[in-house]
Amino acid sequence: MTATYVILAPVTILAALGILVVRRAVHAALLLAVVMIGLAMLYASLDAPFLFAVQIVVYTGAILMLFLFVLMLVGVDASDSVVETIRGHRVASLFGGLLLGVILLLAIGQLSLGTMKGLAQANAGGNIPALANQLFSRYVVAFEATSALLITAAIGAMVLAHRERLEPRPSQAELARRRVKQYGEQGLHLGPLPPPGTFARHNAVDTPALLPDGSHASNSVPSTLGRELEGKK
Amino acid sequence: MSSVTPYLVLSAILFTIGCTGVLIRRNAIVVFMCVELMLNAANLALVAFSRLHGNLDGQVTAFFVMVVAAAEVVIGLAIIMTIFRTRRSASVDDASLLKW
Repeated sequence: MTATYVILAPVTILAALGILVVRRAVHAALLLAVVMIGLAMLYASLDAPFLFAVQIVVYTGAILMLFLFVLMLVGVDASDSVVETIRGHRVASLFGGLLLGVILLLAIGQLSLGTMKGLAQANAGGNIPALANQLFSRYVVAFEATSALLITAAIGAMVLAHRERLEPRPSQAELARRRVKQYGEQGLHLGPLPPPGTFARHNAVDTPALLPDGSHASNSVPSTLGRELEGKK
Repeated sequence: MSSVTPYLVLSAILFTIGCTGVLIRRNAIVVFMCVELMLNAANLALVAFSRLHGNLDGQVTAFFVMVVAAAEVVIGLAIIMTIFRTRRSASVDDASLLKW
């Protein structure tokens, strides 16, 4: 066991356990970033500098960015429901997970794998040239197949994300007419929403404006924060 | 030279956590993150075995796993977005129309 392992393994496991317990998806994404970076450092300590770079660029760079992007589109406040749809589901899954862990660890305990040979010989001319040699000779068919896979994935994502506009975009005059109609029928406020921070102690975007009676105007901040304010009342 | 077992133990623990997460969490995006965690645990085992045997096959395989994971994330998140658009929910319980 190296020092890198001793430091990184507990951090990685704790962060991974955090993904199971945190309520908010954004926190889970950030904890996943910790796990990815920890694994990247472990790759570096395992003589895999190329995979270290790829792990950082692809996982913490591209994939987690995608996750966060979709989270922002779906709504950051989309958290797990506490209600169990199947009774006893949580306990049963925890038990199943524990069982799997015990089986895996027992299986590893049964193995005698000997000591590592090390990659000093394989990495003699540099890790990246050696990997490229393998990639473009023995694994060239698989490599070409991944290119087809990536193109298919890109086109698939474009097709899935595409949406036809069914009705024409409402013009400004139409929007104004709708607002006045809502004002007349439901008495909704005609003017713009109050800006955040009005009459409050500071003017950050998450500081709600204060109403004449000193209470918070929850429609002066983004809807997620506003809903939280409503909950606090 | 050090032993490979600690890395396998870490890999097994991470895989178990990912698997449990897929079963427990109800938010589709978090379920997806747990799938990524399992893929990464497998990658760690591959890289450790690559060092055990002293050749680079494990590292090349881990590289391919990363490529496939990237493609999978793109499609998976697009599907989650499409479901969210029609059902206004990212919970795995709400997409139950195909249930028998």
